[in-house]
Amino acid sequence: MSIEISGVSKRFGSFVALDDVSVSIPSGQLTALLGPSGGGKSTLLRIIAGLEQADSGSVRIEGVDATGLPPQKRDVGFVFQHYAAFKHMSVRRNVAFGLEIRRRPKAEIRRRVDELLRLVHLEQFGDRLPAQLSGGQRQRMALARALAVEPTVLLLDEPFGALDAKVRKELRDWLRRLHDEVHVTTVFVTHDQEEALEVADEIVVINDGRVEQIGTPDELYDAPANDFVMRFLGPVTQLGDRLVRPHDLVIHTGEAAPGAVTGRVTRITRIGFEIRVEVTAGEQVVIVTLTRTRFRALDIGEGSTVQVALAPEAVDAPLEVA
Amino acid sequence: MAERGAGRYVARLVVVAYLFFLVAWPLFLVGQNTFEGGLENLRGILQDPDVVHALRLSLIVAVIAVVVNTVFGVGVSLLLVRYEFPGKRLLSALLDVPLSVSPIVVGLSLVLVYGGRNGWFGPTLESAGLQVIFATPGIVMATAFVALPLVIREVVPVLEEVGDEQEQAARSLGANALQTFWRITLPAIKWGVIYGVVLSLARSLGEFGAVKVVSGNVLGETRTTTLVVEEKYLNFDKGGAYAAAFLLALVAVAAIIVVSLLRPKESK
Repeated sequence: MSIEISGVSKRFGSFVALDDVSVSIPSGQLTALLGPSGGGKSTLLRIIAGLEQADSGSVRIEGVDATGLPPQKRDVGFVFQHYAAFKHMSVRRNVAFGLEIRRRPKAEIRRRVDELLRLVHLEQFGDRLPAQLSGGQRQRMALARALAVEPTVLLLDEPFGALDAKVRKELRDWLRRLHDEVHVTTVFVTHDQEEALEVADEIVVINDGRVEQIGTPDELYDAPANDFVMRFLGPVTQLGDRLVRPHDLVIHTGEAAPGAVTGRVTRITRIGFEIRVEVTAGEQVVIVTLTRTRFRALDIGEGSTVQVALAPEAVDAPLEVA
Repeated sequence: MAERGAGRYVARLVVVAYLFFLVAWPLFLVGQNTFEGGLENLRGILQDPDVVHALRLSLIVAVIAVVVNTVFGVGVSLLLVRYEFPGKRLLSALLDVPLSVSPIVVGLSLVLVYGGRNGWFGPTLESAGLQVIFATPGIVMATAFVALPLVIREVVPVLEEVGDEQEQAARSLGANALQTFWRITLPAIKWGVIYGVVLSLARSLGEFGAVKVVSGNVLGETRTTTLVVEEKYLNFDKGGAYAAAFLLALVAVAAIIVVSLLRPKESK
């Protein structure tokens, strides 16, 4: 295990940001800390980096107790949401910063900076100032800067949060490929479940200062530990007293089968390639999504009486009544 | 549209007229009076050894006061912006006292503490061989006191705007506190510091009230340039007074102009 967090708590005044959190983050993988804003995931990342001190608990990085170490002694690379570019330095000097601090020989620094600029596709921009770069380029520069010192772990705090949707998607794919090349233990914070599911090897779901579940994207999606994780990872709807995914429901027009719920179609919406059907069964409105082909084959319209049932391999969670 | 354009024109005119009658015209007249008889007035004071001594004293005092206030000011600014501690608001308010209290009060209070004969702390220092009041250390203290908030008031907003993410990034890249300060913080607040230094320098050169009380105004020893101006003016040596005043104004105005020319245009 690369990072061992045990029993970490952190309060800001009366607000509990982290409540007795313990997580083990495996070496060489890309791990996402996923959760809603204000849930404590950024605080946890900053505690790993040493930018924030835990009130209690300990942090071990590659077997070394880092709990009391200042950030500069932890050997971690940190990438900030708003880049934290050194505005008065060129891109090259930004990337070289950590190496200059470590008093590496000039020739080595030059070689390493060239290599990194190539890695992040900024070799043309070495002499520019950060202000002359786009957001995506700045964030790639920040990544090269963090990687320059060959950290044991790379920490990214909502790295793509300040970028527009298209650049965000590009950088996401690029980060995945970069990680496959560099293999440094990477932890990134995100509130975007799609980003986490797509990029991460392992996801830690954090909410209200607590870890809700830890697992691979498949494990989380297929076997959510509770209804919070289920809701957070994708769209949900209710069928009876079960929480289910709308695409895990099937519609029949035949006779009432055992386990199926009878209702009336009250609304049909088309969203791109899928059709969203609202079925009202008594007091409950069940949402079912299906493909256009399947929808056409059913030959239903608003007002039709239908049966809604759970698909055989469907994932569901019991509804926790708050 | 036309009405708004006219309104703006009037507003601009009012501002220009205000500045002209309050600042530009009087300052211009000082210059005009200085050069009324050609270079005679300037030559007159520059050949007077007592005036030259006063000019040198003013410069030395101002430089020391500015250095002290810059180091102290940057330190206090970092403290105010980057750290939370009880009494922070009180400290911040206290730092403005030198701007609001009359310099003459500053002078009197320094005499009460450091006066050689009756001061609270003065006799002890004097018996240790350090004379404060009626000597250069007292003049430096009075000057530093009145110019104290200028660097802080310039640096604090810049520090706040820059934020601390760059510093955190530097720390995570291995820089210690000192390296972070020299390589990241100081370059980021450079122009705030320079502007504060220039304002402090101008203010320090021109200090009159506090210095008059603590210096004793001894000719050729503790008389600064501002005191020379007063002395000459009261003794009906108008030419000499204008010339000395002109030199004071020249240094201050020149410093501010040079800085505004050098200062890069605000990049967003």
